[in-house]
Amino acid sequence: MDNQTVLVQIQAAFPATITEIDERHGDLKLRISRESLLAVMQWLRDHAELQYTFLESVTGVDYLGRDPRFEVVYHLFSFRHFHRLCLKVGAPEADPVVPSLTGLFPTANWQEREAYDLLGIEFSDHPALQRILMPDDWIGHPLRKDVPLGYEEVAFTFNQDRIYAHKPFAKE
Amino acid sequence: MGLEEKAGDLGFVTTTLETVVNWGRTNAMWPLTFGLACCAIEMMGAQSSNYDLSRFGMEINRPSPRQADLLIVSGRLSRKMAPVVRRLYDQMSDPKWVIAMGDCASCGGVYNNYAIVQGVDEIVPVDVYVAGCPPRPEALIDGIMRLHAKVMQEKIGGKAHTHEEQIVVEHKDTGLIQVT
Ligand code: SF4
Repeated sequence: MDNQTVLVQIQAAFPATITEIDERHGDLKLRISRESLLAVMQWLRDHAELQYTFLESVTGVDYLGRDPRFEVVYHLFSFRHFHRLCLKVGAPEADPVVPSLTGLFPTANWQEREAYDLLGIEFSDHPALQRILMPDDWIGHPLRKDVPLGYEEVAFTFNQDRIYAHKPFAKE
Repeated sequence: MGLEEKAGDLGFVTTTLETVVNWGRTNAMWPLTFGLACCAIEMMGAQSSNYDLSRFGMEINRPSPRQADLLIVSGRLSRKMAPVVRRLYDQMSDPKWVIAMGDCASCGGVYNNYAIVQGVDEIVPVDVYVAGCPPRPEALIDGIMRLHAKVMQEKIGGKAHTHEEQIVVEHKDTGLIQVT
């Protein structure tokens, strides 16, 4: 099954939802609107012929300075045709909410929690949207491009006295 | 075999209590079963048959911190894991020692960022730092030998860890000075 077949079928079923089509190195990437995400995903999963039954990954991206700032990338896989499809959904900075796919693919649960934890993208109707990688009391979302990396000055012989004077060494 | 042969027919041996106690501690120093990252693989290598840490009385890794004497922090320590490591250290009974194994545990290594503790000495008091990414098993064993040398100098009744006491080793061939 080639990309064109898939594209034609999706376009026929959802004429107005695809906002951008990108095909590079044989991979098909579609940007779709947030509102239609759930419907498109369900249609792809349940389609009798396409059978995109496996949600390979859910990833969040921060494009600082672009509108929409955030993007969630989904990779779907069809075991039947050994074919991969990439869908992207944008979410603006003021309202970084994307519908959760946990109802369709249970595997989305932890991956959406990761995107929420590291980038602050919220997933509506997620059963337990909590931090998964960072400690629970962490403030902020560390993979956002406007968060500092947290660099600490490296101690060498010439500056170690100054650095060690402030370093919180452990007591007994 | 053993002491009887070496000592001949001497009826008794004299030594100091300190030496005997410290000798006992160095020769049955059991590490905690505990690994954090890639360095832990080298630690396992040091304990398995090729390098055979049991030559130094360390063949048993204790799964319970109550029975362990030595905490080998092998690998990078994330900030989420840090309270757990401190808790394990607190649960160990005195006397106890800590080795920071590898660059990550010693100073953060290549991970100078928000997620990694920049040196486990912020969390637990470290006795010996072993450099390397990862340190070879020989390097870890060398660190353990240095720790043994440090323990042999400890005083009974004194605090187990004193950071004032330093062992300075100068490598004649390389000119490096190592302070532990
Ligand atoms: S020092 Fe190197 S080998 Fe050890 S934990 Fe860090 S990155 Fe891994």
